[in-house]
Amino acid sequence: MKVSTKRWWPSHSSARRLNAVCLLMIGAAVLALLGVDFQRYPVDPWQELSRIGWGLLLPGWSEATTLIQALLQTVAFALLAVAVSTPLGLLLAMAFRWRLVRMLCAALRSVHELFWGLIFMQLFGISPLTGLLAIIVPFSGVFAKVFAEIFEQQSPLPARAAPKGASVFIRTLYTLIPQSWPALLSYTRYRFECALRSSAILGFIGLPTLGFHLETAFKQGQYSEAGALMWAFLLLIASIRWWLRPWLIVPYLIAAIWLLPDTIGFSDGGSLWRFVSVDIWPAALLAGDWHGLLHWFSVMFSQQVWPGVVQTLLLTQIAVVLTGFIVLFTYPFASRALVGPWLRWPGRFVLLVLRCTPEMVLAFVLLLLFGPSGLPVVLALALHNGGLIAFLVANASDAAFRSGQARADDPRGLTRYAYIETPRRLPALMAFLFYRWEVILRESAIMGILGVATLGFYIDSAFEEIRYDRAFLLIVVTALLNMLVDSLSRRMRGAFSQQTNIT
Amino acid sequence: MSRLYGLLKSLVCVRLICSSLLLLALPLWAQAQAFVFTAIPDQDESRLQQRFGKVADYLSAQLGVEVQYIPVKSYAAAITAFRNNQVQLAWFGGLSGVQARRLVPGSQALAQGYEDQLFKTYFIAHQDAGLEQADELPAALKGKTFTFGSKGSTSGRLMPEFYLRQQFKSAPQALFSRVGFSGDHSRTIAQVQSGAYQVGAVNYAVWESELAAGKIDTNKVQVIWTTPTYPDYQWTIRGDVDQHFGVGFTDNVRKALLEMNDAELLASFPRLRFVPASNGDYEPIEATAKAIGLLD
Repeated sequence: MKVSTKRWWPSHSSARRLNAVCLLMIGAAVLALLGVDFQRYPVDPWQELSRIGWGLLLPGWSEATTLIQALLQTVAFALLAVAVSTPLGLLLAMAFRWRLVRMLCAALRSVHELFWGLIFMQLFGISPLTGLLAIIVPFSGVFAKVFAEIFEQQSPLPARAAPKGASVFIRTLYTLIPQSWPALLSYTRYRFECALRSSAILGFIGLPTLGFHLETAFKQGQYSEAGALMWAFLLLIASIRWWLRPWLIVPYLIAAIWLLPDTIGFSDGGSLWRFVSVDIWPAALLAGDWHGLLHWFSVMFSQQVWPGVVQTLLLTQIAVVLTGFIVLFTYPFASRALVGPWLRWPGRFVLLVLRCTPEMVLAFVLLLLFGPSGLPVVLALALHNGGLIAFLVANASDAAFRSGQARADDPRGLTRYAYIETPRRLPALMAFLFYRWEVILRESAIMGILGVATLGFYIDSAFEEIRYDRAFLLIVVTALLNMLVDSLSRRMRGAFSQQTNIT
Repeated sequence: MSRLYGLLKSLVCVRLICSSLLLLALPLWAQAQAFVFTAIPDQDESRLQQRFGKVADYLSAQLGVEVQYIPVKSYAAAITAFRNNQVQLAWFGGLSGVQARRLVPGSQALAQGYEDQLFKTYFIAHQDAGLEQADELPAALKGKTFTFGSKGSTSGRLMPEFYLRQQFKSAPQALFSRVGFSGDHSRTIAQVQSGAYQVGAVNYAVWESELAAGKIDTNKVQVIWTTPTYPDYQWTIRGDVDQHFGVGFTDNVRKALLEMNDAELLASFPRLRFVPASNGDYEPIEATAKAIGLLD
């Protein structure tokens, strides 16, 4: 294991380094609290909340075929996107030593799937290709990063035994992939669940997946339909392990291609050149008007870029730390070692609900409860991501429990939680958290209903106003911010990467 | 072990082949050109495909060409599809129609809903905000929380923002303590009714229909001001359809729209009937959009 040699904090043990990183993160979040608006407003939410509650309790759906079709297409997009982005990610991971590749991947990851969808819609219309690329492009970046990290953790010795002239490709194929095969497989399986979520969410911009109907039903207060869709999605995610079998993947992929919707009315792909040569550049630049360009840029910077960056960073920092606390409080209830084989199921169910509920829905409910401010944003992000990480941490805990041998003098309950499970899980937990840092950064994009002007809020506005020059500038800024966070989290993770075990 | 490597290698190969085949096959699915339209109704977006499929059938029978409907989720997507010639006809809001016609030279507004000649926006407020119905926007709006509808909506964003700016000479963000975008008129009503926002701006037709459906508790939320009227939703067609579908096609489409009198079809929009419209009808909208900086 190669440990980063450059460190800017004095350290002797990995535990101390881990503590330092935790304190740094919490300190930054406390500072961020000073700058963020968490004002509460008096609200009267119970009429609406009770309608939402009844909708979830008594789901109803009049047309079974629409629901089934949406479910199947959600799966089809996710399967095909993962099937393409996994090998792409693997290839990129092999080249991850180059800074340029790392930066490219960070840039791919930094744009929300919804925005990739809107970008590809300019080029390929409303079509299956747009939907697939909207998942494939960011997912390739994610796969590249995580696969590269998995490779880093493998022993370098087998590679040294390879013939001298062997290329990186051959070396990876014959030494790193076999060593890390279980980790690669398990991550790909997890990523498939993420792809299902992305595929569902892309319905918000027009893909015929579950999100298409969910957005409509939720937006118009048809909560029993929304409830039916939410339950269908929960069951789909919860049952992955029963229907996703290795020998079924090839037939599934064939079925998925067949299931993709037809492209209606789009034949000429002539808008690509217009998009990259005209649309995304400010008019003043194209006209060679340098004064105008300077003015455009200074207005954008002072009114959108700078306030957006500040809001985004503040909210993200608080959300990340809150996510960490939520994980610490929730994962034990889903862990076999801590609450036993049966009692963990209610906990696991809550985590399933948290990670499967789109942030938009969470944010709306929290908005009803707290009124518009940064508070519902932070809570929605932290609950969703906390549910996700707690699920992964509980899984890791269960895996260790199954493979380890129980001893008669093993501590139980709180003692076990505080002195065994949590210390063992902490490095992995922190690794997940640092990865979700990026995710939270880009998810803060969709919080426009809360009147909180993050970078994503302005990107969304720019797309809505058909001002792609603004969208492009803001996306570039977001990408730069993401690269910064990425390199920071990479260095911080260097502090405890020895024990990191990505699953 | 070598068997395992062999297996791995073939797995990787299969994946690569599958993926490249997939990418090659996709563009081939693009179909021969039919006449395609899209529509986002201002209320009840459920079962779009079924409802507007019937409109497509009607148009197809009237025009003698294959007509298809494509559902979209946002005005931005509708404008993009129109600009890229993926759809040739669209039921736009006032603002989105102006944006689309600016991007596609030669395109024209064909018809508008009967109601759209004199459309208006309601400002609504929660009881606890202490605002009363008045002839002009009350000064007490200052410092309240406020939500628009969707960012690209004429009745939920453009017109209310214009009248706010006119009355108070400042941007909404400076006037209110917080400005949100609910994304939809029904959401605006739900959010003001629940007190999440104190004040909101909503499409009057959606308010009236939710009121009639008993979804609004007027003890909690009520209308405090109504904007002057303005033109809103309209059918817009691309300028090059006559080249593709034959001389006089545009006129035929207009005729078919104006003659649509089946109540079931009209209920999808929902409009009483369609009346003629022209690009000039929407000049006030364009001027308003420029005045508040939504258009350059």
